[in-house]
Amino acid sequence: MSSSLQSNQQPGQSTDRPVFQQKKVVFRGGGFAPKSKRGVGAIVFILLIGFMELGTRAGFISNLTLPRPSDVFKTFVDLWSTGLLWKHLIPSLSRLAIGAFLGAFFGVAVGVMIGLFSYVRAGLVPIVAAIFPIPKIALLPLFVIWFGIEEPSKYALIAFGTFTPTVVATYGAVDNVDRSLIRMGQSFSLSWFSIVTKIVLPGSMPGILSGLRVSLAIAIILLVAAEMLGAEYGIGAYILEAGSLYDLERLFVGVAILSILGVVLSAVIGFFEKRLLDWRV
Amino acid sequence: MDLLLESVSHRYADVEVLQNIDLAIPTGKIVCIIGPSGCGKSTLLRLIGGLEQPSEGSVLQIGEPPAESINPLTYVFQDFALLPWRTVEGNISLVLEDHGIRGSRADAIISDVLARTKLSDFRKALPKQLSGGMKQRVAISRALAVKPAVMLMDEPLSALDSQTRELLMDDLIGLWTREPFTSVYITHNLGEAVRLGHSIVVLSRRPGCIREIVEIPIPLIEREMGDTELEKKQKYLWDLMRDEAVAADQELLSV
Repeated sequence: MSSSLQSNQQPGQSTDRPVFQQKKVVFRGGGFAPKSKRGVGAIVFILLIGFMELGTRAGFISNLTLPRPSDVFKTFVDLWSTGLLWKHLIPSLSRLAIGAFLGAFFGVAVGVMIGLFSYVRAGLVPIVAAIFPIPKIALLPLFVIWFGIEEPSKYALIAFGTFTPTVVATYGAVDNVDRSLIRMGQSFSLSWFSIVTKIVLPGSMPGILSGLRVSLAIAIILLVAAEMLGAEYGIGAYILEAGSLYDLERLFVGVAILSILGVVLSAVIGFFEKRLLDWRV
Repeated sequence: MDLLLESVSHRYADVEVLQNIDLAIPTGKIVCIIGPSGCGKSTLLRLIGGLEQPSEGSVLQIGEPPAESINPLTYVFQDFALLPWRTVEGNISLVLEDHGIRGSRADAIISDVLARTKLSDFRKALPKQLSGGMKQRVAISRALAVKPAVMLMDEPLSALDSQTRELLMDDLIGLWTREPFTSVYITHNLGEAVRLGHSIVVLSRRPGCIREIVEIPIPLIEREMGDTELEKKQKYLWDLMRDEAVAADQELLSV
């Protein structure tokens, strides 16, 4: 095989052999390898907003269909300068923080229990599957009866909504922990508690964090729903009020704030992933 | 501390994996177990170390393990089983922490075993930074750290390329020569078996039973690659196993 290849490369040596045409081998291995392209996301954003601005100014997008981005920005600056921004943002953030924390905390705890104990799994997995698809917003009246019209019912709604996806992500993550590591722990006579805290929990961290990405986005969605429960201040209340008045500029300001909140939370999780999961290959 | 297997049989559901194994593992010797794939070698090792219970028969421990032994029956796994989120040092301290060894005592043990496996420079490295051979060295040093009475090695070199395997075999021989340890060494590689085994147990295909125990009286340190005596032993082992291996290869898996 190799000798015939060599004689092909040096056709001068064997004159009686036919001389073949040389052709480059076609490259077929490209693509299917996502790379991070910096700035492309920002450019898409800027182009989209630029197009909206241009369209509303030139008139081929009517002011009724879309607010002008510069007006939205002006409204935002007003909101900022009057101090109303913080008045709305702070109660929202505290609702989000408390609700999402409760939901994620109990979600991770129950998820780990399901992952570890067969009885808990057999008992709770069907229940979680049953409450997962219930739109939590539909339960608003129930939450009001249980927790009153004040803050606790808002916390409960957000917590309840974050709980189920966190449970599902967590027990999936626990199931995916490399069994050979657990067997290793047993072979060195580690205690049950050590195996859970030093092997199972760190091993399921990647799955738990990617589950939290989803859960926290759901928490933001539910924040708006929670503030339908007679909240005077809050981003959700602000959006609902603007919506009912068809004040598109203010509506868009509120929506943009929620988007930014989502991006920030996702960045925070990304930061933790980098810090906690730098061991991943 | 010696180990003794008394008529050990094991079955999964209705598949008989091991049949009537009687085997003595004497202190200070390396017992290699070879056999065709799927003959229950790894199951046998799990039975010996108490990670599984035999369906019949028993695994006995004769005499007490030495007092300084922290984890008498210690495994070295084929896939290394290192925690990827802990450094080399952390992986070793993991198995010490639970036995109440921390701080400077743990430090001394870690430095000692890392020096013995030539890993001192890699103390703070994460497993993902290490080659396969290095990872297995870490796993071996972790095993040494708990001062095992018996090292149970489950194809420790099978995931490595052949050059690394040679290097690690030399290391194992070096470790044994300096301080003889007792070991049960599972492998499907006959070359490893004749280099490292004081005795070699040949298992038949499933249900695995002992076909023959081949003793190799040459001291480990004198065994070299290409030694004619070893070549002969290896040929002899292969002749014993050949037909079984062919049959095992053609067996349908019931999984």
